[in-house]
This record gives sequence, C-alpha cells and structure tokens, in this order.
Amino acid sequence: MIVYDKPHALLDVPLHYCPGCLHGIVHKLVAEVIDELGIEGKTIGIAPVGCSVMAYDYFACDMIEAAHGRAPAVATGVKRADPSKVVFTYQGDGDLASIGMAETVHAAARNENITVIFINNAIYGMTGGQMAPTSLVGQVTQTSPYGRDPKLCGYPIRVCELLSELEGPEYLERVTVNSIPHIRAAKKAIKKAFMNQIEGKGFSLIEVVSSCPTNWGMTPQNALKWIEEKMLPYYPLGVYKDRSNGEVKK
Amino acid sequence: MADKVLMKGNEAIAEAAIKAGCRHYFGYPITPQTEVAAYMAKRMPKIGGTFLQAESEIAAINMVYGVASAGLRVMTSSSSPGISLKGEGISYLAGADLPALVVNVQRGGPGLGGIQPSQSDYFQSTRGGGHGDYHMIVLAPSSVQEMAELTVKAFELADKYRMTSMVLADGTMGQMMEPVDLNFEVAPAPEKPWATTGTEMKRKHNIVNSLSLVPEELEKLNIERFQRYELVKQNETMYEEYMMDDAEIAIAAFGIAARVSKNAVNEARKMGIKAGLIRPITLWPFPDAPFKKAATHVKQFISVELNMGQMIEDVRLASECKVPVTLCNRVGGMIPSPEQVLDAIVKASK
Repeated sequence: MIVYDKPHALLDVPLHYCPGCLHGIVHKLVAEVIDELGIEGKTIGIAPVGCSVMAYDYFACDMIEAAHGRAPAVATGVKRADPSKVVFTYQGDGDLASIGMAETVHAAARNENITVIFINNAIYGMTGGQMAPTSLVGQVTQTSPYGRDPKLCGYPIRVCELLSELEGPEYLERVTVNSIPHIRAAKKAIKKAFMNQIEGKGFSLIEVVSSCPTNWGMTPQNALKWIEEKMLPYYPLGVYKDRSNGEVKK
Repeated sequence: MADKVLMKGNEAIAEAAIKAGCRHYFGYPITPQTEVAAYMAKRMPKIGGTFLQAESEIAAINMVYGVASAGLRVMTSSSSPGISLKGEGISYLAGADLPALVVNVQRGGPGLGGIQPSQSDYFQSTRGGGHGDYHMIVLAPSSVQEMAELTVKAFELADKYRMTSMVLADGTMGQMMEPVDLNFEVAPAPEKPWATTGTEMKRKHNIVNSLSLVPEELEKLNIERFQRYELVKQNETMYEEYMMDDAEIAIAAFGIAARVSKNAVNEARKMGIKAGLIRPITLWPFPDAPFKKAATHVKQFISVELNMGQMIEDVRLASECKVPVTLCNRVGGMIPSPEQVLDAIVKASK
C-alpha cells in the first residue's frame, strides 16, 4: 500500500535550494494541492526573481518567469487572457514587498482572481543575504551589518496586516512551516487559497514565514527555532481576512 | 471604394487593433495618447475584451507580458516618459521572444519634457530601449490611415517573428483627424504551441522565460535571435520614395516630419530644384537600400527631424557618408515648417 508519494505536479528533478531551506516544503505543499484539486493541466504558475526564480523548472504545470516584483501583473494578464485557468504566483519578500509592492497592493485591491504564495524569510537569499523589507529590527544582514536600525531604514512591513485594510482581497493568511503541525496548517491554507480562485472569490495570499539558514548564519534547526522565537512574535500567524466569511483580524 | 470614417490618429490605432483581433489592452494615463485608452475603455467591454487601467506603466507592460505568454494578441500604449518605464518589460518580452504591440505617441523630453509632438525617442525605439541586445520592429506612420494600417501590420509582424512591435507616432499623428478606410485584410494569428495555456495533461510543460545562466546557452540564444532579426531586415523593410529618380537633394524624414517635407519638396520642384524624399516606414529595420542608391546621384541628404539629430546617424551609416548629410530640425514640441525645410533645400542646392 502506498502511504506517501511525491506529488505529480512537482517534477522529479534536483532542486537547487540550500540544505535546510524551506522552499522545498512549500513547493511540495503547492504541488500536493494542485494534485488534490486535479488542476495541473489548467494551472499556470508565475515564478519570481529571487531564490525561487527557477521554480519554473520544478512545477509540472505551465510556468512563466516574471521580472522582479511583477508576478502579480503578469498573473493578471494570464488570468484575463483566460479566466478559466488557475493562476498562481510564488514570490519572496524582496520581490513581493519591496520592488513589487505596487503590483501586490493593486492586484489585491482589484481582488484579482489569483493565488499568491508569499515566502517571508526576512532576507534576500539569492543575492547573498541583504536586508529585506521584512528583516527584523536589529537583524544583521550584509547590508545592515550593525543590525537593522529603524532610525536609518524604518521598520519591517507586515504584508497581511497592510493588505487587510484593503476592501479588495478575498483571503489573507499567515502560516509557517517550521514544524509538522504548522506544515499541515500551511497546506490547508494553501488549498483554501486555490479553492477560492476556482470558486471565483478573488485574490488570496498566503504568507509563509520561512527561514534562510545560509544567510541567517544558522544551522537549519536553529533557524526553525529562530522562526518561533523572533519571527512569529513580530509576524503573528492567523487569518487576516476572509471576506466571504466576514472575518477580519484586528 | 469603401466608406471612410473621420477619426483621430489615436482612435484609428485602437480600432485597427481591435480589427487585428486584439482583445486585451493595458495602459496608464499619459498625454498625448489618452484617446487610445479611452477608446479601448469604451469598446472592449462591448466585444468581450479586456480594458484595464494598470497602476503604472510597469504593471501595464507586465500584464501585456502575461497575455502574450498566453498566446493572444495584446497591446499597450503610452507616451515617451511612460515608454521609459515600460523599458524593463519590453526587454523581458524580447528575452522571452513574446509577440506584443507597444504604441509610443511621442512628446518632447527628456524628463517630464512637454506634451507637444516630438521624435526624440528615435534612438530609444530603434536601439531597443531597455537593457540587453535586442530590437523591436519599429513602424512610423505618417497619416491617420497609416496609424491604422501599421497597427495591423505590427501585430502580424510581431506574431510572425515572435518580436515586440512598436508603432512610433507623435503627438501630431495621435491628435490629428483624417478620413480612414478601416476595411482591410487581417492575417489570422498563427498557432502558438509555445504558449502557456495549461498542459491539459497532454504535453510537457511550456516555460516562458528570459533567464539563462549558462553563458554558452545565452550566447546561442542571442545569436539565434539576431538570425531572426536578419530575416526581418531582408523581408520587412518598408519605405516610400518621393521624386527620388532624378533628385539632387534628398530629404530623409519620417512621420509628421515627412509630411512637412513633402510640401517643401513640391515647392522646391516648382522653383526648379530637383528635390526628393525618402521616408522610412520601418525605422528598425532601417531601409539602407534607398539611401545607398541615392548616395550615387544626390549631392546632399537633409535629415528633417523633431529632435536634436537622431535618425541622421542612420542616414550617414546607410549612405556610407558618401555625400554630406545635414540636419534640419525643431525640438521641444516644435515642428519644422515647410518654409524652414525649403530654405534648407535651397541652401543645399547652391
């Protein structure tokens, strides 16, 4: 009896991610959801610029590689070209919350019927560990070598909270994948985000609080702990908006 | 003869795009191209199309990238400052070999510049505009009728060569009204097996992408792209020659400058001066041949432009500097008068 199998929507190719990186887990969750909903054949994914830039080689569905931060605009075009297709973006914090903030906010405000998977690991991984819009106060990075100083560069952005003030978006939830229960909850959220699109409800964004052992300078285990101790107090998990159910977290 | 309708140049572009099968338009307000968006906003919902005012020119060109990836005819329009913002997306369209149409109804620059007509984006359009080695097919209309016809042509060429086409107009062409015959043939879009329309579980996944991290592979892609560009040069170069057979003074001008110049050529002929006009219709690929030929019998080229002298470089290259090439220009939203051009012709004839 098969109790576990690799999802069909995730291609059987080596991933380029660092040891201990959580992208692999989130890729798998997205692929499992695509399998379970039976939508691989009509799904188009949009890869970002950042660590997951080569996600187009990993998902079995049709894929598009977007310019840095522009995935929600590209997704808008794909969705408008054929609304019967399922369109998702997969973006990191620099991509979504810095250079692409305008595209993110406006896609949400339009309640564009797409699904956004947002990986927040508080750092630019691909370019070697620079300060991100979500880097914590005091966090040491290559471009904040003395720790993020709010007097110099302000405060980290809480994307779910910010978007929850908009009338537009259908669903906003923050999850993490640093433990088995959290991974299970994350998958449930991702599935809802895809279901919402299939049901025509509109813009769903799942923020996944993630890690970067390489650029955080930690062992994978300590990175998971750091999520719990440092990230989650600033980025509380939960549903920030569920428009159809009239739910808004304050 | 079919019925003609009186239209603004900007409206002619929009209606021609619809006739060409374009059902997706994304734009952002900017003068003097506003009528394209306004026309699309009215028409698209009536014909099952999409008009969307994007949050920026950057978003608009990336929405174009999305629809082009899905294999449909799609366009955006803007004016000079907005085209700079689209430069990033245009480069990505080139890198991913996606067909699309970008319309630039030019205004004076640099910076915010002004809102009056200009041709000062010639370099930007013909050299690519964004980063990287690439070209767009650049078409320069000189009448409202051509605004319509070249829009259709731009879609056809974009599909044929998997390139982005640009209709490079200016504030005058966009705003002027002329009778237009819109009853023209449109070639249907070809099959696009590369498009990301969903695998339907029947094929390997398609990827639309401009990233290529292996230098040998990226070099190969660039070389192949330029081989395709070579075909465009061979097959699609367009120009008009006016009174060039016996010309001793040849004007080079496109768009509105060509209309002004034609008047000046007529006046010069009345004075017994053998003047002629070469009007490039494709600015890229630039029509080298008529200039090379003319260089054997004219004694001077005069490049008439609404900029500080941009196309003049291509005229010199095409004519291999065999005869002098001078500039007759106005800038900043000003247009050369027929008298100014005639003066230049008279001076050259002495």
